[in-house]
Amino acid sequence: MSKTEPLYVLRGLSKQYSRGKETIPIFDGLDMEIANGEFMAIMGPSGSGKTTLLNQLGGIDAPTTGEVIFDGRRIDNLGQGALAKWRSENVGFIFQFYNLMPTLTAAQNVELPLLLSPVKGAERKKRVATALDIVGIGDRAKHYPRQLSGGQQQRVAIARAIVADPKVLLCDEPTGDLDRTSADEVLEMLQLLNTKMGKTIIMVTHDPAAAKYAKTELFLDKGKFIKKGSKK
Amino acid sequence: MNDFTLVLKNLFRKKLRAILLLFSILSAFLIFGALGSFYKVFTAGVEVAAADRLITVNKINFTVSLPLAYVNRVRSIEGVRNASHASWFGGYYQDPRKQVQTFAIEADTYLAAYSELVMPDEQRKAFMETRDCLLTGIDLVDQYGWKLGDSVPINSNIWQKKDGSSVWEFTICAIFDGDKETVPANYLMFHYDYFNENLAFARDKAGWIILNSEDPAMNDDISKQIDTLFANSQAETKTSTESAFNKAFLQQMGNIGLILSSVIGAAFATILMIVGTTMVMAVSERTKEIAVMKTLGFRTGRIFRLVLSESLLLALLGGLIGLGIAWALVDLAIGPALSGFLPGMRLTADIALLAIVLMLALGLITGILPALKAMNVAIVDALGKN
Repeated sequence: MSKTEPLYVLRGLSKQYSRGKETIPIFDGLDMEIANGEFMAIMGPSGSGKTTLLNQLGGIDAPTTGEVIFDGRRIDNLGQGALAKWRSENVGFIFQFYNLMPTLTAAQNVELPLLLSPVKGAERKKRVATALDIVGIGDRAKHYPRQLSGGQQQRVAIARAIVADPKVLLCDEPTGDLDRTSADEVLEMLQLLNTKMGKTIIMVTHDPAAAKYAKTELFLDKGKFIKKGSKK
Repeated sequence: MNDFTLVLKNLFRKKLRAILLLFSILSAFLIFGALGSFYKVFTAGVEVAAADRLITVNKINFTVSLPLAYVNRVRSIEGVRNASHASWFGGYYQDPRKQVQTFAIEADTYLAAYSELVMPDEQRKAFMETRDCLLTGIDLVDQYGWKLGDSVPINSNIWQKKDGSSVWEFTICAIFDGDKETVPANYLMFHYDYFNENLAFARDKAGWIILNSEDPAMNDDISKQIDTLFANSQAETKTSTESAFNKAFLQQMGNIGLILSSVIGAAFATILMIVGTTMVMAVSERTKEIAVMKTLGFRTGRIFRLVLSESLLLALLGGLIGLGIAWALVDLAIGPALSGFLPGMRLTADIALLAIVLMLALGLITGILPALKAMNVAIVDALGKN
């Protein structure tokens, strides 16, 4: 794919949920493109469909209608197994509440995605150490999540997201559970991953201060994009 | 780190719970190993019964004797290769509490019928040639420290000698063992002639008749012929295979198999419910973690295997420890202590194998529901539960 071709293309994307006989539309007929190397913040009020959209992009939820094309390949019609493989190869996820495995050390948490790759032995250890160093938490490798602060846990989560070298990082309120200082550190790190390592980052956030770190801000309300701002 | 690390970490995430579960499973397999070994040795007589061996007893009860003359009449029946007889002596050594099973036998035919009883040729010869010889099981030799040439007085609560004494003097001139460990060697035998000649009363009786058929296929026919032959006589008979006779004998003491199966079954049913419920709860507790793993790209099949492996590992760990303790108890403590009463009691390979099959079954049964539950975790729903 050339640099001018978008990483994501969404065509006529609709999502609705059923609650009994009632159908609840989340969004209807969304069209958008996300460029390779983008750092996009998706903002909007609660219930606007931000997380649902992120789930479509991450292949963990299927659209009701429409297409999700990633890197020239349609992913919305893939089976569960193929989608799981696609996620392990292309997407890193960062959650609001970190979602680390409490029984694993920081290093083991970071290593988890590599269990799905052919990377073994010394190379695997090297990658884990590198990922932890990138997020500045190499000295906490043997600590368990309960022994780390929120900010440190989110760093581990970021290391886990980048260790398999995915093309895109999908972040759902990554600073929602952090104080301002920790949030800024995490956002600076994401910015660095975008600018220095070329990772495409799509971040859902409520926080306008967080969105300012992104290159593009997108506002979603009642299932429609209502404003788009680019700092490019 | 590999999948086994994940299984191990998840299994022991709550150490107290894991230890209690292990202890529950351990207890079930300890019971299984110990009672299984007991049942095995208790029913060894059924297992070692020869297919061609038949037993004829008085139809009233096997404790009521038969006329000695029946033995020769049985010998004349077509298809009977060998016939012998034995009588219950009911002996004890020195003290009534030291009961020793003792039988008066027709030596040559009896040893021909029970070819699994082995001894050195010179001792066999000595037994045949010595009227008051006591053919002694090796387990009793070990138990009482007897040796060849020892004079051993055996008392009988049943049989008095002509001189009014109930103490019968014997000399140990032969020691027998079984050709397999399951063959009992914890009793005494002596010559029927010595017994019969010295009896104060009830001479020329046989406790029961043992016979070998020429072909096990003829067993039913021979049994019918014998019982028909003695029908309407003063001592009617009941002939059955040795295996059936031994089973009937054991059932006099109650259905041991049913009792043991019930105990073991109850233990396993309880464990099944405890472990199954706990595993379902344990997986429910980490629905979100499973969702995260699926998000990272773990496939449903792998999630299924990981959770199922936990319950399998739990069952195997607990079960093997329990079986190990059962082995130590049975083979090193209970077995040697009961060698006089239940010789050869040990935790055999077939019990261990059956236990391992049960461990795997327990692991699969208790793990299948949680594994299916984990496999079907919906990522979006589970991640939404903050």
